[in-house]
Amino acid sequence: MAGNHRLNPISLSLIVIFLLLTTATADEHEEVFTEELLLKPLPDRKVLSHFLFLSTSTAPAESNHRHLFPKSISQLVQKFHVIDMELSFTQGRWNYENWGGYEPLSSRNAKPPGVELWAIFDVPQEDVDSSWRGLTHSLSGLFCASINYLEHSTAYSTPEWGFQPSSGSLRYGTLPREAVCTENLTPWLKLLPCRDKAGISVLMDRPSIYRGFYHSQRLRLRVDKSGSSGTGSVIRLEQTLTVVLQPSYQRASFDPRIAGLQPSWSMSSLFGRKISGACVLARTSNVYLHLEKNLIATLKGMQQENFQAEVESSTLQNSFGSSVFELSDHPDEIIKEVNDSQDDDLSHMYKFSLGRLTVSGPFDLGIRWKKPVLWSCPKLPLRVSRFLMGSGNERGAIAITLTSPYKNEEFTLASGVLEACPLTINVFQVVPWYIKVYYHSLRLAVDGELQPTEDAFDKLRVLPSEDKVSPGVLELVLKLPCGFKSAALTVEFDKGFLHIDEYPPDANQGFDIPSAVITFPKFHPSMQFDIQRPDSNSSLFTGFEERVPVRAYTEVLLVPLTTPDFSMPYNVITITCTVFALYFGSLLNVLRRRAGEEERLLQSKGKKLSPLAQLVSKLTAKIRGRPLASSQSRASSSPFFINKKLVLKVVVVAGIAVAWQLFSN
Amino acid sequence: MKEENGPSISERERDAGTSGAGVGAGAGGGGWFWRWTMSAVAFRLILIYSFPQNLDLSSRPEVSTPVTSLRRLSEGYWLKQKSMSPYSGSMYHGSPLLMLLLGPLTVKSTQGQPDHMLCSLLFVATDVINAMLIRATGQSLQMAFGRHVKALDLAKLSYHPGALPSGDIAAAVYLWNPFSIIACVGLSTSSIENLAVLLSIYGACTGVIPVAAFGWVMATHMSLYPAILIVPVILLLGNGPDSPPKKLLLQRKHPDSDSRDSCSGKQETLRDNLESQNFSWSRGVCFFLWASFWGFYVMFLSGLIMREHGGLLEMFKRTYGFILTVKDLTPNIGVLWYFFAEVFEFFRSFFLIVFHANILLMTIPLSIRLKHRPCFMAFVCVAISSMFKSYPSVGDSALYLSLLALFVNELTDFKFAFFLFCGYVGVSLLSPVMHNLWIWRGTGNANFYYATAMAYACFQIILVVESVGAMLNHDRLLVKLSAMTTKPTGEKSST
Repeated sequence: MAGNHRLNPISLSLIVIFLLLTTATADEHEEVFTEELLLKPLPDRKVLSHFLFLSTSTAPAESNHRHLFPKSISQLVQKFHVIDMELSFTQGRWNYENWGGYEPLSSRNAKPPGVELWAIFDVPQEDVDSSWRGLTHSLSGLFCASINYLEHSTAYSTPEWGFQPSSGSLRYGTLPREAVCTENLTPWLKLLPCRDKAGISVLMDRPSIYRGFYHSQRLRLRVDKSGSSGTGSVIRLEQTLTVVLQPSYQRASFDPRIAGLQPSWSMSSLFGRKISGACVLARTSNVYLHLEKNLIATLKGMQQENFQAEVESSTLQNSFGSSVFELSDHPDEIIKEVNDSQDDDLSHMYKFSLGRLTVSGPFDLGIRWKKPVLWSCPKLPLRVSRFLMGSGNERGAIAITLTSPYKNEEFTLASGVLEACPLTINVFQVVPWYIKVYYHSLRLAVDGELQPTEDAFDKLRVLPSEDKVSPGVLELVLKLPCGFKSAALTVEFDKGFLHIDEYPPDANQGFDIPSAVITFPKFHPSMQFDIQRPDSNSSLFTGFEERVPVRAYTEVLLVPLTTPDFSMPYNVITITCTVFALYFGSLLNVLRRRAGEEERLLQSKGKKLSPLAQLVSKLTAKIRGRPLASSQSRASSSPFFINKKLVLKVVVVAGIAVAWQLFSN
Repeated sequence: MKEENGPSISERERDAGTSGAGVGAGAGGGGWFWRWTMSAVAFRLILIYSFPQNLDLSSRPEVSTPVTSLRRLSEGYWLKQKSMSPYSGSMYHGSPLLMLLLGPLTVKSTQGQPDHMLCSLLFVATDVINAMLIRATGQSLQMAFGRHVKALDLAKLSYHPGALPSGDIAAAVYLWNPFSIIACVGLSTSSIENLAVLLSIYGACTGVIPVAAFGWVMATHMSLYPAILIVPVILLLGNGPDSPPKKLLLQRKHPDSDSRDSCSGKQETLRDNLESQNFSWSRGVCFFLWASFWGFYVMFLSGLIMREHGGLLEMFKRTYGFILTVKDLTPNIGVLWYFFAEVFEFFRSFFLIVFHANILLMTIPLSIRLKHRPCFMAFVCVAISSMFKSYPSVGDSALYLSLLALFVNELTDFKFAFFLFCGYVGVSLLSPVMHNLWIWRGTGNANFYYATAMAYACFQIILVVESVGAMLNHDRLLVKLSAMTTKPTGEKSST
């Protein structure tokens, strides 16, 4: 006992080393959480707010203990071997014209309506589908959504290169009809260490964020196994909520002088809440106000007109805010975009750190516009839209049009377009099986001129749909010359007819064709920001710097399908069976009429019958349900024989019944 | 299109009607026939050339079913060209051989040629060949019947059955049937299936076993239902073409042999000939050998085509499996699509078995009762399968209507001819209207269209039942007539 209390220097040093080691391993398995909010005025008088929460865990996937990182997500990774996964719940449609298309934010966060889920698994090819099924079920339970509908092979597809390059272990599925609501947001917030109790997530007042024009809640999970021998796997969970809100017009609308004025807004007017402080568990907790390139250029232009503001522009805070807009708070830092070109009209980021808020009370960032400003956002290289052609419920065609948003001379000047000639466009389209696409009718028309089918497509992969088994997948690469005005891709289809059980409850509403994904692989809009202290934790900036190809989702198409009469099954069954009985009965009757005829022939010259025999024959005729005349001759000849026959029949039927009873028991 | 159909329907039915009524104005020679053929071909060509859009017929549900649609065939061909299985995509469900034959014709050539022009010409040629086959079959039937009539001395009586050139009439009915015109202009592959069926009947009628076997194998390969034709074809080969009841011949033979031994040698040989027409098994075996040869050959070719795409099993699953399980519920003129769209999933397989057994099992009583008239039995089989097949089209109706016209001489007391004619006209006018109301305008309901399909099925049933009844009555009439000529002792022996 005493020996235990006596600590010799060696054991002490061992303990110290052990403690050091445990702290070291704890540091190595660190979990980081950051929260960021990006606010951005949009040209069409709306405000984009983009919440970004990043949880990173470097702990090995096998360990069960987590500090900040949500356990449920790490279990997903453990169980289904997900390497990369993205789940998005979206309501509304991203407006590529007014909210930007050619920028990192939109190409990552603009999502198709409803639920979109894709995942890459680190399992052998044959197990990918079962992993996907498990994943959809888990996510369905996790987010209170009908993601489990994606488990059916009719609902998901395997894109090879049209969506993004993959090695066959990518699965992609969408549910365009899925309604997104609070019940999906609450479990999503549960993954955050502070939920919506502290930090910037406090702003997520349900009525205000669901009132917006666009609402997309996204979850991106990435597992980096880059570390040597599996130990250094990094799980990054990126949760974003992108909301486009309309600030209230109240003040602006009353003043006739400032009709074109952007609405002034603040966090409290947008969300009805203020930020009381940072989430204490977050390593960084920042709010940014992003003024995009064209806006800065416009502002500068306005300033040069009234050059009294020249002096002011050199000062750091509110550099040109005084003349055009005014911020309610002093930014901690203005981060400017840097570019290789000598263009100095680049976007600015006003950074507000929430770490200092503990002393200065609730944070309510607002912007007040003083002068009307008009600017445009960076557009997609091509305007993309998709529509249905034809009428009626028998057949139709899907058309995808790509139109150039620029005039000819502008086009060559537009950023980065010149080197991307000819334009390469990836089209990825999933079509449900009840839309029976004739892939041989795929046509491309450039500027109204039909291209020969052989060389219209640079690369084409078609995976035709199989009835009730798998959806059709169309992946193709278009190479279009630079000077073109518009291109149209059309493919014809027949509408399928389903069994009554396969129709959804509201069958006459129609069925959705999921959005087509149009990717411009040669366009990588990225923004480099001039950050003084390179902060690797700011996933917002790392996201801006990442070279992601421009991606656009087209509209969801609503295809009305013909419906049968849902109230008719019994009628149809009985009427059809009646027709079959009519056929069978009448044809057999015609075929066996000979016997009757011959008997009649016999009877015509037959002898007289005794009254008793007549009675018996009448009786037997009644019993057998046959006309009297036909059976008379036979009855007269041998009435007892027929009776015997009848008895025999009854016995045989009874015997069969008994045997059946015995057999079935 | 419908306006142009009107007169031609009445034309056909007038033909059938007059013959049915037994007026039978003897048509003078074959001149009129060739005139009608030429005009039918010209009519088709006019329709094809002056309406290059096919009058939109190729997408009509009456013409192109999932099995016979040329558009689906070209999709299959396209997939095959892209080195995919032609059956991937649940689009094409026909024969791979047919696909390779017709596929290149469906590809739109760039020389400004209208779509499918070559294909249309091919279908016109097929229709003409079909008509010729029907004509040849009819002629061989008539020759056989003439022989029997002579043998039975029926010509002495007031009975002149061979008055009408049934082959010519049937061929003309085929060529001018609006159903076959629509199927031809609408580019439905059913006319090629009809060719195979007719080839097999023709081969069996004329005793050319390889042709009969080839036709049967091809027809079965293309649409499965003609498989039941094996019974009439074997009966045809074994018994020879249609004849009066065998019993009648024997009955005629025995009293003759009793009473008149001193007949002329020629007549004796004829009777021997008739008697020797017992079922000849050797021809049946020969047919089986040829059929298995052609079958293996077709399987081999299909296997070559399907080699990289799942093999023959895949082909059977996608063609026969698709036909038997009624997977495509697209509305057509049959009765099964709506039934299987509505029926509870639990009963589906039960009803599939019941409906197909209805077609299959009816061959047994038919072969018992009509074994002396195998060609007529072939007509009944074709009619039944086109009534209740899973994806019927008007091309099938065209086939059995013209086969029916082969028996204009026998079916003189065919009842309800006018009623049926009106029914066919009414259904073929109402059905597109109901389809339009339901599918295109959205004002109608599936039940309206289904009702026309039901009515059509009922009319077809009446047609088949009445024709079978009329044929049996005709045989009865023959018995009666022969009973009149023979002594009453002969009757007693028959009972």
